[in-house]
Amino acid sequence: MPADMPILAADGLHKRFGALVVLDGVSLAIARGEALGIVGPNGAGKTTLLSVLSGAQRADAGAIRFAGNDVTALAAPARCRRGLVRTHQIPQPFAGMTVFENAFVAAGQSGRPRGECYDRAVDALRLCGMLGIANRTADTLGLLDRKRLELARALATGPSLLLLDEIGGGLTDAEAGELVEVIRELLRRDISIVWIEHIVHVLLQVARRLICMDAGRIIADGEPKAVLANADVVAAYLGGVAA
Amino acid sequence: MSAVAFTVERWTPAARLTIAATVVLAVVAALAPLWLGPGAMDRLTILFVYVILAAMWNALAGYGGLVSVGQQVFFGLGAYFTIRLADAGIDPFVAMVAGAVIVGVIAVPLSFPMLQLRGGEFAIGMWVVAELAHLLVNLDPLIRGETGTSLIALNAYDAPMRRNLIYWLALVSVAGLLGGLFLLLRSRIGASIQAIRDSEEAAASLGVEVTRTKRLIFVLAAFGAALAGALWLATALTFQPKAYFSVQWTAYMIFMVLVGGIGTFEGAIIGAVIFFAIETWFGAAGVWYLVGLGAAALVFALLLPRGIWGSVERRTGLRLLPVGYRLVVGASPAAVRAAPLKETS
Ligand SMILES: Nc1ncnc2c1ncn2[C@@H]1O[C@H](COP(=O)(O)OP(=O)(O)O)[C@@H](O)[C@H]1O
Ligand SMILES: [Mg+2]
Repeated sequence: MPADMPILAADGLHKRFGALVVLDGVSLAIARGEALGIVGPNGAGKTTLLSVLSGAQRADAGAIRFAGNDVTALAAPARCRRGLVRTHQIPQPFAGMTVFENAFVAAGQSGRPRGECYDRAVDALRLCGMLGIANRTADTLGLLDRKRLELARALATGPSLLLLDEIGGGLTDAEAGELVEVIRELLRRDISIVWIEHIVHVLLQVARRLICMDAGRIIADGEPKAVLANADVVAAYLGGVAA
Repeated sequence: MSAVAFTVERWTPAARLTIAATVVLAVVAALAPLWLGPGAMDRLTILFVYVILAAMWNALAGYGGLVSVGQQVFFGLGAYFTIRLADAGIDPFVAMVAGAVIVGVIAVPLSFPMLQLRGGEFAIGMWVVAELAHLLVNLDPLIRGETGTSLIALNAYDAPMRRNLIYWLALVSVAGLLGGLFLLLRSRIGASIQAIRDSEEAAASLGVEVTRTKRLIFVLAAFGAALAGALWLATALTFQPKAYFSVQWTAYMIFMVLVGGIGTFEGAIIGAVIFFAIETWFGAAGVWYLVGLGAAALVFALLLPRGIWGSVERRTGLRLLPVGYRLVVGASPAAVRAAPLKETS
């Protein structure tokens, strides 16, 4: 695959729930190794976009290419095995299993030898600072650790593009700093990142490009400072927050 | 790949001891017909059937999250196909195993619509399937409606031989099913099954083929229940549809699993032994026996919601038949925290 070919290209994605149009013709391309931030008011369709990109939900129209192949018809597990993985805004731990088992399930689907899967699971937990609680049952975790586990599990699958949905909400400054370090390490590992986050100053520590969504459309896309200064963005989002 | 020294523990000394003791127990059980009386052998056969029923329902609901109140459909069909095949001239013991295999095969297409259903819909849907199967079986002239029929082909064997063969088949069945289930749950598929139970959406997003994995456990549970039904038929000899397609069988399975500890391998076995003991001592008490069962289930639900083994496990960390993974990090905790991030090449 040529270096300049986008790792992911979505073209004209539409999604509606009944009468509610949630994605209204979303097209975007993500370059290999890119860190893309997504902001937008609640209900803008950000989570739905990740669901459609990861295959958890089918788009009503539009096409998705990943790593040069059309994956529009593939379900979520198949997309994951190709390296396209998302986390959930509301963490969904495997509550009856330990933290390590959670990560091992994710690593184990690759079909690689057991030892390699253990390595991947341990590496992901270490990176996310969860080794010390690896044998705790997931139902005993607090919200922050559940969010960490979302990231660790997704990482354990061995992704080439990670879609992160508000993993930074509720963090202290110190914790947010650690998270930023983890994301930077992922970028060094050549993992591309799409990160939905409301805490813009955290997001801007890694994102080189920002998209703002509103009412199912991308209303601004480009260099973060320019996007945040955009009049539509201020009206739809930042103004909304301030109000 | 990782900079951390670690090992993954899957066995404990207690678990090794348990496996060794289980093997010894199985050998002793295999030789038991040499000294056991006919009554004791019949009772043990029934215990084996209970253990199969509990282990299979636990696999389906406790590990797979597929709570069914219609597992009697497989129990009844296992017995029915045994009757049918034996009537066609097949040796009754071969018919028992072949009958269970047929039920397992039927469970494959059945799983397609059923696994589309969620939670309570699946539970009740299975019950509806059981009622339908009951009606269909009644249409077979061989069964003569609710009058039923008998596995007369077993008369080809004299009584002591017949008893031994049924006992051994039950023993092989329970050993094979428990052993197979243990290995399955310890495999990656076992971890995937539990992941699906806890969050289907998360499992799918992490690469787990949800429906295919559920199908596997659904078919296994169907096969196991069918084998139990065939064995029950062999001990009871008579086949009356109402007795086999009764929801009471699933009630028993649920009782055993909840009392023993749902989602624990040991729990289902313990629950079956307890149910067997209660039935042995109080089974003759008729209505009061059922009242007692209900009361016991209630007491357990209130005082020990995790069941006996679930509570023991929580309190002591003891695992005799572990299917999980324990991570042991080699270096000291301080060294782990200080471990440098791995650089990529
Ligand atoms: N499964 C669903 N069924 C019906 N409506 C939904 C569903 N998922 C999301 N929505 C609606 O779609 C809109 C966009 O939701 P979402 O993608 O979660 O937005 P965001 O993540 O930007 O806050 C919201 O109005 C939400 O209520
Ligand atoms: Mg959202």
